[in-house]
Amino acid sequence: MKRVYVNEEWCLGCHLCEYNCAFANSGLKDMAFALKDKKIFPRIHVEGDDKITFAVSCRHCTDPLCVRSCIAGAISKKDGVVKIDRTKCVGCLTCVLVCPYGALAPGENGTMQKCELCLENACGAPACVTGCPNKAIVYEERGDGE
Amino acid sequence: MKRYVIVGNGTAAVGCIEGIRACDRDGAITVISEEKRPVYGRPLISYYLEGKTDLEKMNYRPADFYEKNGCRLIYGRAATVDPEKKTVALDGGGSLPYDALCVATGSRPFVPPFEGLDAVEKKFSFMTLDDALALEKELDKDARVLIVGAGPIGLKCAEGIKERVGRITVCDLADRVLSSILDTDCAGFVQKHLEANGIDFLLGDTAVKFDRNTATMKSGKTVEFDLLVLAVGVRANTDLVKAAGGTVNRGIVVDEKMQASVPGIYSAGDCAEGYDASIGANRVIAILPNAYLQGHAAGVNMAGGDVRYGNAIPMNSIGFFGLHIMTAGAYDGEMSEEKTEEGIKRFFTKDGLLRGYILIGETERAGIYTSLIREKTPLDTVDFDLTKKVASNLIFSRENRRKKFGGVV
Repeated sequence: MKRVYVNEEWCLGCHLCEYNCAFANSGLKDMAFALKDKKIFPRIHVEGDDKITFAVSCRHCTDPLCVRSCIAGAISKKDGVVKIDRTKCVGCLTCVLVCPYGALAPGENGTMQKCELCLENACGAPACVTGCPNKAIVYEERGDGE
Repeated sequence: MKRYVIVGNGTAAVGCIEGIRACDRDGAITVISEEKRPVYGRPLISYYLEGKTDLEKMNYRPADFYEKNGCRLIYGRAATVDPEKKTVALDGGGSLPYDALCVATGSRPFVPPFEGLDAVEKKFSFMTLDDALALEKELDKDARVLIVGAGPIGLKCAEGIKERVGRITVCDLADRVLSSILDTDCAGFVQKHLEANGIDFLLGDTAVKFDRNTATMKSGKTVEFDLLVLAVGVRANTDLVKAAGGTVNRGIVVDEKMQASVPGIYSAGDCAEGYDASIGANRVIAILPNAYLQGHAAGVNMAGGDVRYGNAIPMNSIGFFGLHIMTAGAYDGEMSEEKTEEGIKRFFTKDGLLRGYILIGETERAGIYTSLIREKTPLDTVDFDLTKKVASNLIFSRENRRKKFGGVV
């Protein structure tokens, strides 16, 4: 399956992926209206220092610890994509406790959110990838894991 | 066709079913459930009372889970296991033959023999959904509640009912809250937060006798109450395996394949005493993720696979009134601390490894720390000091990051 991969050598640390992610998942049509003067809750985040930067989002692991650890049964994996049912999530943060990549974080209402590859929002493909100005984030097939 | 029997219908049972089905699509699975309902998220009962979830959303798996996985679900109780004949006898008659059996019977509340407890009219445990529903019926905006036990169960109960009762007092023989997972300083921080949210405490003191609506404490103090919640502790349900000749300690002793000492019998979840990598010995780790992971390993091995679950560690994520707490591993070795206005982070390192941590109020990306413990990552290969303030993947080498974020994991 296709996943999001990052190449930190090419990352500019511009944080555009975070804004594109928050906009893509806002359900709104106008980016300025969706994001301006608001705290954003993107499902991808840029880490780093003044030398190295890179974007981190869900790895859609072969054996996802978050799925196995969720106390509400709110996280599941279907067709290779790890998804969260936010109506079932109670915000206990057990997934944050176990995710080795630090890829989950609470959204605005305290329930957890994570990258679901923009497959179910209006983008249809990861907005972080489409908007990355230096192709530091790509969406492609690399290996067999499901 | 292989016959699998699972006694118990909680998280470990689900892990077991999914583990079996990862290897064997055809074998017959029978699940024996004492609770007369499909599997639900047990730790959600406090969230249910708090109004953060409902009975439908509490289902741990979709409604068609058993059917889709070819499981027969029996509401009943397993009375005995015959490991020679490989059968499970049911209460009220009937027996089920098995090729592989998983005992996932969980635990039950431990109720010490308090003087006068029988005469207390409205007393509750806080373990199952039925317990929560029984308690809910009695909730009243003027009710005075006494909770015996300031562990995770007692305190989550307190949070869950806070807005629906008049007053809550929590007592515990221990001198601090959450004594099984927090040290004195961190417990003090959490206690202050709970008190600021209207919970009263009597610590280092506990109820010794009851006279209808009055509890007399060890110190001689008395507490008047309308509702009594007993959350002193739990005991593993080990009788089935013990009677079948299996080795039982605090829990059913299992190896890293989740096999009990009796051939053909596996065990997983709160009833099992498996390997705890944080202490290098067997111990009951009664937390939900462990139940699933043990159950899954048991299921794979029952179906002929060969997996070992050797990196289990105690770990908790628990929150009260907006304050999140995470803990993991063992608190031994050298302690280093990061304090901010929002909270406390304490790390315990020994022999060049991160051994454990306590995080109060600062839990962002904590799984990175957890993985350092679970994977026994040598701290001289990462820039650990850098990440104490904020957990970051920056601590790893470039090559390590290339594997994590440029490959399939």
